[in-house]
Amino acid sequence: MKARTLLRHFRESFKSLARNGWMTFASVSAVTVTLLLVGVFTALMLNMNKAADDIENDVEMNVYVDLEADQQAVTTLEQEIEQLSGVESIEYSTKEEELSGLIDSFGEEMALFEQNNPLRDKFVVKAVDPRQTERLASQIGTFESTYSVEYGEGKIEQLFSVLEVSRNVGAVLIFGLLFTAMFLISNTIKITIVARKTEIEIMKLVGASNWFVRIPFILEGIWLGIIGSILPIAAVSMIYYNVYEYMQPRLENSFIQILEFSPFIYQINALILLMGVVIGVWGSFMSVRKFLRV
Amino acid sequence: MIQMKEVYKKYPNGIMAANGFDVKIQAGEFVYVVGPSGAGKSTFIKMMYREEKPTKGTINVNGIDIAKLKTNRVPYLRRNIGVVFQDFKLLNKLTVFENVAFALEVIEEEPKVIKQKVMEVLDLVGLKHKARMMPDELSGGEQQRVSIARSIVNSPKVVIADEPTGNLDPETSWEIMNLFEEINSRGTTIIMATHNREIVNTIRHRVIAIENGVIVRDEQRGDYGYES
Repeated sequence: MKARTLLRHFRESFKSLARNGWMTFASVSAVTVTLLLVGVFTALMLNMNKAADDIENDVEMNVYVDLEADQQAVTTLEQEIEQLSGVESIEYSTKEEELSGLIDSFGEEMALFEQNNPLRDKFVVKAVDPRQTERLASQIGTFESTYSVEYGEGKIEQLFSVLEVSRNVGAVLIFGLLFTAMFLISNTIKITIVARKTEIEIMKLVGASNWFVRIPFILEGIWLGIIGSILPIAAVSMIYYNVYEYMQPRLENSFIQILEFSPFIYQINALILLMGVVIGVWGSFMSVRKFLRV
Repeated sequence: MIQMKEVYKKYPNGIMAANGFDVKIQAGEFVYVVGPSGAGKSTFIKMMYREEKPTKGTINVNGIDIAKLKTNRVPYLRRNIGVVFQDFKLLNKLTVFENVAFALEVIEEEPKVIKQKVMEVLDLVGLKHKARMMPDELSGGEQQRVSIARSIVNSPKVVIADEPTGNLDPETSWEIMNLFEEINSRGTTIIMATHNREIVNTIRHRVIAIENGVIVRDEQRGDYGYES
């Protein structure tokens, strides 16, 4: 294709945006509304996923060491645990350290126990995949110097299944929303193109190749997508900025964190823009296709 | 130039619009295609520029069997055939000049050449002074002239017209017919489907009559032959 023709296609695509004023407005509005929904919702879901990850990653188990175990046995146990697959970290804490922790939390009366410390030495073990906690716990339970393993049995399975469901629901909702958006927007674009059926017909009758007809429409789809994503990008950025400013200080000491404003906002904005363009192009492409069979 | 051999066309609804067309049209001829509504005139014409594809048979245009032409080659066929419609098919958002220029832009002609050629044909159809006007500012006859200008601007060897005077009053129809005569006198083949009895009987040319998908009559300097 000659450069001049490409230039013509660019010029045509802009002209036709202007010529089809109300149709352009309708398409851009549809793109704007759906992208806004998708943008806000995606930001929300990604943060929920982050929270779910944070919660999961906070799951750890306490491995209490048998009272009869000597130094040698403790070292052996540590090695045994380390050698298991899927162990992320292991931390040793003596019963003296445990007691001083209790005294810090519950006050000096706990110091009474210093005479005869009833606590046990323990290992705090974290799994690489928190869902493997149960398997690791039962394996560690079989080691000789293990007295007991505690990991919130029962509760964490429940927690995991709740998090799993929330993640799946989020993914399904986002995909559903995206699909609806695609459908809605391509339909709007289709209406604007149906109105220009004659135009396509005439182009074909005077001998335009299919690509010659398509390219201006596809470019138009790109512009629609870009224009339609301006408002959602601005809105999502502003909303997220305010939410972040509000939430961040309040979550500072929590193990759950909200996603950092930057680079998250750039990623989600890029996603919105990309989706706008993809939807625009797809909508145009599918709609023109129907009329090219002249 | 154009030759149909054993051409059949059956539409999905079962109607046989072409029941074995066998016809040969020489370069430079002027041919009327007549017949009652629904007889197959439009199908006959549409198959020549591949708006319709025959179910069976060969259609040879300038040495190429267009019945077997690949879809992506169809645009090149159409660049050598001008088409004129009853309803003009102009783009209302483009000026007269742009409407005609369109046919040349599509084949990526130089802007300088486009300008020159468009003004030439607009001059031929007598609308040079209205080049900047919009189609809806023109009368029906003038719109049809624009459409004719568009059909001949890239100097096709054949111009196909489907009821070009169908929407026009008698006086304007004569003007349009004179224009076709003029184009034909320059060597362009003209194939015209029409219901206009007076025209066919006055400006005598070859007449092909179609009824129920069959060519029932093919006469040099024939007449319309139907009550209108």
